[in-house]
Amino acid sequence: MLIGASVSSGVVVLVGAVFLACAVEMVEALTIVLAVGHTRGWRSAFEGTAAALVVLAAIVAAFGPALVHVPLSVLRLVVGGVLLIFGMQWLRKAILRSSGLKAMHDEDEIYRETVAELEAAGTRPDRDRIAFVMAFKGVFLEGLEVVITVLTLGTSAHRLGLATTVAAIAVVLVGVVGVVVAKQLSNVPENGMKMVVGILLVSYGTFWTGEGLKVRWPGNDTMLLVLAGTYFVMTWTFVAVLRRSSPQVESEVAV
Amino acid sequence: MNKEQPLVVRLVKGFGMFWWDFLVGDTPELFFSALLIIGVIALLSEAGHHNGAAVVALPLLAVLALGISVRRAQRSARRK
Repeated sequence: MLIGASVSSGVVVLVGAVFLACAVEMVEALTIVLAVGHTRGWRSAFEGTAAALVVLAAIVAAFGPALVHVPLSVLRLVVGGVLLIFGMQWLRKAILRSSGLKAMHDEDEIYRETVAELEAAGTRPDRDRIAFVMAFKGVFLEGLEVVITVLTLGTSAHRLGLATTVAAIAVVLVGVVGVVVAKQLSNVPENGMKMVVGILLVSYGTFWTGEGLKVRWPGNDTMLLVLAGTYFVMTWTFVAVLRRSSPQVESEVAV
Repeated sequence: MNKEQPLVVRLVKGFGMFWWDFLVGDTPELFFSALLIIGVIALLSEAGHHNGAAVVALPLLAVLALGISVRRAQRSARRK
């Protein structure tokens, strides 16, 4: 019973972190691809997207199997450290946005800016290099974050298959919904999702850094939920304190 | 990046730049805090065998690091 509870809490946190992280990155990539497709034509946008997916698949094929051979304590320490830094960066950004110290991530504005940038680039030839590069960069950079999240979380938890499946579901789901609603991606509560992902990444980062350094957590995997709760309270406190003590500043769009 | 450099050098530089941006970027305090946290916990857990202290100190130091970074951002926003 206890083992079942600890396994399920670890799985719940893993699934939540991977799904939300992939969904957020997919929203960002999709915004760029839609802007490129609408402005410069779909052919080069799709070619750039396909090329980025091929390169990402190659990275997964090259590094995925190799990670399995790294000793688990070393892997967990390195992954824990990376997730701790990565998660704190996400959480910091989400806290600053929620408290009004940083502008919200506005997909509509990013869409408009991307379209303006592409229109300023002039006429479009049959094979559009600018559109290709823009779509490639957007999908590759956002996709790389997905790959790193899935590989690190999946291998450290010995659930790479589950992490990959959840990531694929998130990518397809956001892709389908995004295409259907087209330019309404700004309705996605991105900052809230980023905050949850940040909390889960810092929780995992803390947990695995400890495991890598031979810390014996009370309750084993169940400790993940305690850590997530602790970081949630911390986040809420930081946002509340900052809202009270800070003037609303930045007005530019954050990318 | 200098296009006259050999492809291998450019790729290695690009790889290094990516990880630098990814891990350090505009929040070096979080990067160095994480290194410090790892060092402190290694001392407590592996060298000192103080497991209880390590369990408490690890999340506490992470909260402290984030607090310092957020405070730094708040000060920087006030100056603008």
